[in-house]
Amino acid sequence: MGLLTNLKDSISRVTDGLFAAEEPKRIGIYGPPNAGKTTLANRIARDWTGDAVGPESHIPHETRRARRKENVEIERNGRKVTIDIVDTPGVTTKVDYKEFLDHDMDKDDAVRRSREATEGVAEAMHWLREDVDGVIYVLDSTTDPFTQVNTMLIGIIESQDLPALILANKTDLPDSDVKQIANAFPQHETIPLSALEGENMDEVYTKIAEYFG
Amino acid sequence: MPEPTPNVDGGDAPSDDPVSDGESSDSGVRIDMISGARMQGLTSMEKIRLILDGVRDGNIVILEEGLSPDEESKLIEVTMTEISPDDFTGIEIETYPKAEASDQSFLDKLMGRESAQKLTVIGPANRIETLHKDENLISTLVSRK
Repeated sequence: MGLLTNLKDSISRVTDGLFAAEEPKRIGIYGPPNAGKTTLANRIARDWTGDAVGPESHIPHETRRARRKENVEIERNGRKVTIDIVDTPGVTTKVDYKEFLDHDMDKDDAVRRSREATEGVAEAMHWLREDVDGVIYVLDSTTDPFTQVNTMLIGIIESQDLPALILANKTDLPDSDVKQIANAFPQHETIPLSALEGENMDEVYTKIAEYFG
Repeated sequence: MPEPTPNVDGGDAPSDDPVSDGESSDSGVRIDMISGARMQGLTSMEKIRLILDGVRDGNIVILEEGLSPDEESKLIEVTMTEISPDDFTGIEIETYPKAEASDQSFLDKLMGRESAQKLTVIGPANRIETLHKDENLISTLVSRK
């Protein structure tokens, strides 16, 4: 009886291992608001599945729910990597509905958007602690990366030993300064790109395969 | 208004606790400097409550030893759940950028432990503004209510 149970357990462990190895890794796309996370998620999803993940906008907190695009198969140098992309709301420590009034919104819409934004940020933090296997951290290369949110989030990612790829986005803009991003986080490799224009996506996909494959 | 901070350190005279009585002067800015020793015996949620109750009363909270990455993550999450229009817009938080783990002891490195010892300033988002920040200096402007 004992032998049979042991055999059953062994078979179960082997089959579990096989299926676990095939399960796609959940890669969270994180960063501050308006860094281009959804533009990147859409670019990756369109390139490899033909679908988009969600709407893009210049208004902060357009993404207010974490959105998952499953089974994105990326092929690189004969290697195939299957990932679930999780596009997350931009992380911040403050949300003031008055900021949305500048974007042609009435007070009710602004208050509703700010409430949804706060829920989205809380949700993104929860995903980061519990539900992602790796992180693509997107930064706007035209802005100062030495912000507290960036410092804290990179610290949180590192403390969980999650593989992290830092992307310096918006290289199509004249004020882009990739070196500034690289200097801010020298312990990580920084890859420049323009998710909007599709610039340097080849290197991004090579790195995704390398980091998360 | 938030409830007063509970007597989280287990003292026997909660009403005398200057951090928890919520007093704040309209004519000035109150700063609570909380030692590492005081934070040491608290659970993560007790630390977060202590910070947020102070900040929601309009105070600036300075932590001698800061929070762990996991506690920072929970602080952001709880802050988000407490934001409400025309009342509380969130927090401004500043620490020195991590200097390549130079403050970790040999034992910490060996055990893979992250050192949380970093001076941290936290205040209401509508009253504190960071003017400059680098690895050695944090300069902030604090406004009155």
